[in-house]
Amino acid sequence: MVNAVARRSQWQRPLEAVFLPVAALLVALLIFGLFCALAGADPIAVYGSIYKAAFGRWSAWQNTLIRASPLMLTALCTALPARLGLVIIGNEGALVMGGLAATTVGLGLGTAVSPMVVKLAMMLAGMAAGGLWIMLAGALRHYRGVNETISSLLLNYIAIALLNHLVEGPMRDASFVTKPSSAQLDPAILLGTIPGTRVHVGLIYGLIVCLLAYILIQRTTFGFAARTAGGNIRAARIAGLPVGKLTLAVCFLGGSAAGLAGMVEVAAVQKRINESLVSNYGYAGILVAFVSRHNPLATVLVAILLGGILASGGILQRAHDLPDATVLVFQGIVFLCVLFSDSFYGKLPWFQEQVEV
Amino acid sequence: MAAESLGWWGVPLGILAGTLRGSAPFLFVSLGECITEKSGKINLGLEGTLLMGAMSAYGVSYLTQDVVGAFWAPWLGVLAAGIAGMLLGAIHGWLSQQPRVNDVATGIAMIILGSGLAFFLGKPFIQPQAPQLFTFDWGSWSSTPQLQAALKVSPLFLLGVAIAPLLQWFFRATRWGLYVRAVGDSPQAALAMGISIFKVRMASIMAGSFLAGIGGACLSLYYPGVWTERISSGQGLMAVALVIFARWNPIQCLWASMLFGGAQAIGPAFQSVGVDSYYYLFNAAPYILTLVIMIVTCSPQQTLAGSPGALGKEDV
Amino acid sequence: MANRRPLYFSRRQIMRGLLATTAFGAATKLSACAPAADETTDVAAEGTAAADSETIVGFIYVGPKDDFGYNQAHAEGALAMAAVPGIKIIEEASVPETSAVLETMRSMIEIDGATVLFPTSFGYFDPYMLELAAEFPEVQFFHAGGLYQDGVHTKNVGSYIGYNEEAQYVAGVIAGHMSKSGKLGFVAAKPIPQVLRNINGFTLGAKSINPAITTQVIFTGDWALPVKEAEATNSMVDQGIDVITCHVDSPKVVMETAEKRGIFSVGYHANQGPLAPTGYLTGAEWDWSSIYTSLGEQFVAGKTLMAGDIPNLLRGGLADNFCKLSPYGAAVTAEAAADADAAKEQLIKGELVIYEGELSDNQGKAILSAGEKYEQQAIELESMDWLVDGVKGSIDG
Repeated sequence: MVNAVARRSQWQRPLEAVFLPVAALLVALLIFGLFCALAGADPIAVYGSIYKAAFGRWSAWQNTLIRASPLMLTALCTALPARLGLVIIGNEGALVMGGLAATTVGLGLGTAVSPMVVKLAMMLAGMAAGGLWIMLAGALRHYRGVNETISSLLLNYIAIALLNHLVEGPMRDASFVTKPSSAQLDPAILLGTIPGTRVHVGLIYGLIVCLLAYILIQRTTFGFAARTAGGNIRAARIAGLPVGKLTLAVCFLGGSAAGLAGMVEVAAVQKRINESLVSNYGYAGILVAFVSRHNPLATVLVAILLGGILASGGILQRAHDLPDATVLVFQGIVFLCVLFSDSFYGKLPWFQEQVEV
Repeated sequence: MAAESLGWWGVPLGILAGTLRGSAPFLFVSLGECITEKSGKINLGLEGTLLMGAMSAYGVSYLTQDVVGAFWAPWLGVLAAGIAGMLLGAIHGWLSQQPRVNDVATGIAMIILGSGLAFFLGKPFIQPQAPQLFTFDWGSWSSTPQLQAALKVSPLFLLGVAIAPLLQWFFRATRWGLYVRAVGDSPQAALAMGISIFKVRMASIMAGSFLAGIGGACLSLYYPGVWTERISSGQGLMAVALVIFARWNPIQCLWASMLFGGAQAIGPAFQSVGVDSYYYLFNAAPYILTLVIMIVTCSPQQTLAGSPGALGKEDV
Repeated sequence: MANRRPLYFSRRQIMRGLLATTAFGAATKLSACAPAADETTDVAAEGTAAADSETIVGFIYVGPKDDFGYNQAHAEGALAMAAVPGIKIIEEASVPETSAVLETMRSMIEIDGATVLFPTSFGYFDPYMLELAAEFPEVQFFHAGGLYQDGVHTKNVGSYIGYNEEAQYVAGVIAGHMSKSGKLGFVAAKPIPQVLRNINGFTLGAKSINPAITTQVIFTGDWALPVKEAEATNSMVDQGIDVITCHVDSPKVVMETAEKRGIFSVGYHANQGPLAPTGYLTGAEWDWSSIYTSLGEQFVAGKTLMAGDIPNLLRGGLADNFCKLSPYGAAVTAEAAADADAAKEQLIKGELVIYEGELSDNQGKAILSAGEKYEQQAIELESMDWLVDGVKGSIDG
């Protein structure tokens, strides 16, 4: 009997972790269907359209994955510092700084050295810039006690203003008339797509970085130290953990993930830098991080979920005459339901320990 | 009527006018968030509440203008904005107090839901013009048209200015204010006093959202006085920053809101006198200013003085 | 286990059930993925089925359709096209000028079977529209902006542009008459050529009446920033400006603020006269209905860009009904109206060229010397990056 109880608790928790969000999704779909019915659309047809546009065919899957890849990276900018107990919402700013640095390096080196080297340099530049930007927020928190949520929020606005200033002034390419923008990166140094698909390799980067982040947090001493400090900073200090260094390091790592996302956006999608870089990947990443409870592996799944929702936005407008704001309502309902489902952990009778006689 | 150019005097006048006009939304949202945070909860969703409030105010004002006339319609709109805010606040208040639910995450999800609902319901109101709130003409003594225009003060602004010291007194001297502070500083002590933490926080969040909704009404019924989907320039999010910046003190929220409102007008004011380089950086002035002030005035020991003890922590 | 409930599924069964569902789903997905041939025939089938009955035309807007401005003007034109028998339109609004529009266009082609697309915002062109045009050579793409270049862009790309600066020129003539302070104001979003042409056209029109007139321009930084637009209008009025116009997505805020401050206003994109009954002079409006209707009829008749039936570059000004002027407001004097009408006639007949020498920019650099001119369709105008003498402001951020 002891074995049976032990076995049960082993897959009880992962099962719960899958069941609750899925149930939440179903409830959210129900509520959204009700909303659509009130708005005059046929809920069943809406469900069909959402499926068709997000997961229905390979092309739709690619749409979803393309939208999900930046989110995996930007979410880490919130998820990693959150393990240390810091609430960072500066993902957008880190992404922008990463993009700026990568473009500067890319335009500066051009084809002077081999493309592999240039790409690597762009990646490192992007990661460094994003990392330093968030590290600034972390440093301000540690050394000056400035609330990191606020400072990272402000740094967002400052980064965007800097981007606009540079792109309309010193970095501007006068021959590109569509919008104030930098010069285009040389085609040789652009990131390509995964062969056979139109999804760019940023997806692979996202998956790798999330995996590395998971290993770092869960399986290394550094991660253990960070989680301990996150649990109770005073106790950590007393225990002698270098809280300051941990803060700076974790902020740097989180920011560098978002900075990498910025580099990928520029080198794979936009091919130049301009205000289109700011497309809310940062703020969406914050939500992904929280919903996935800051677990980098769950982040991948949640990012794909959000990607799918975003991918279905267009078809709601075209096929069902619903206004563009409907996809926002859909997102809101889904996330509120999933967040609410968190409170059911350990409460449902199915998943509770039952003592067997 | 053509006015004489003010030249460089236009800049401080523009900033003064911007302060009077632009600080009202910041004021209401930050005072509302102040109440919420004093009770120990963060409501980031105020950006969505602001939009919902702006939309409801505009819509109700437009729809009721034939029934109650152009003077009262906007006031009905203000009321509607507050109620709409309260409803969104109820959702946030209930959800964020469930076990294991983080209020930052709930707040961001509420931004999305709130703005989605506001845009969805607000589609029919983008085109029409709704009656606006009246303004006091405090500049009528002046013969300068610019001064006259700058000193057109809205009753909502005055209301906000009046609420700030009222709130201060509420927290210091009333029983309910004590409950809110107790629940925010030390939930254990509040439990021991027999106060229902859930109810007090719920009431605080709803009251905060009520004020935030009215902040939205300032945008659509006073300045800039329209309803469009881009009407918010992040006032909701910035108000959260404002409250911390003001050390959870309502009077300081007042000064901080005026600072932000004025800072918004710096960019255009300078451009109109010909200083037009770096206009993006000028437009980022409020944020740079806040960051600098926070860096200068904070210190690791002193920063969280005044912070409600339970803020940001998991629920009891 | 005495406490078994009637419908008790043991956890093992639940786990098995979930795994089975996932496996089933994965199997279906994989089997659906493999035959890519099926998918293309799917799309082709949808496409031909649609072509047999109707031509599906997709419209993409960067903001809401009822913004009293740019997007509304296009949406009204789209409605006119929808009235053409044999045309079915699908629309998507609020698609930002980012890679999101790539997926929107793709969905319209693949899922909805669109064979003609109108991505109406200027920023959709490069690289998004061009990428998809290269990938789907049988779909026609029409872009509002004169950017098509023969030999550079693929044949299925078409550009259409209305020279709204002609309407702005005529509006400038009226402004020149009506302004008592000699100062005009322009609230602009971004310093791109289309916007600069409007600023310059407006100013040159006003200067033809009052050579000493100046235009103050304020760039807000983005297409839709109501608070900044209101602040810009207010600070310009504080500087003594008494006629204001704009080039932003939704001029509503500027018009209403100008009316509140009691100055004259000139509209853009659509007729904002109802918003400013006292101060509205006129406006430079688009007239997409006639263009879109004619294009719609051509689509139904089977004409395409690729075959050369439809010109890749469709351009015109007042003469070709691409743009028009709003009815003159009540405040416009008879003298102003007469001069404006005269200028309009000359533009329509081609007698008046807006940009002719001598012309210098506001930094003192010479643009055109005496005798030179830039005709309406001159390629140099498409990449304009200067502001004419008399405009106060700079395009650098």
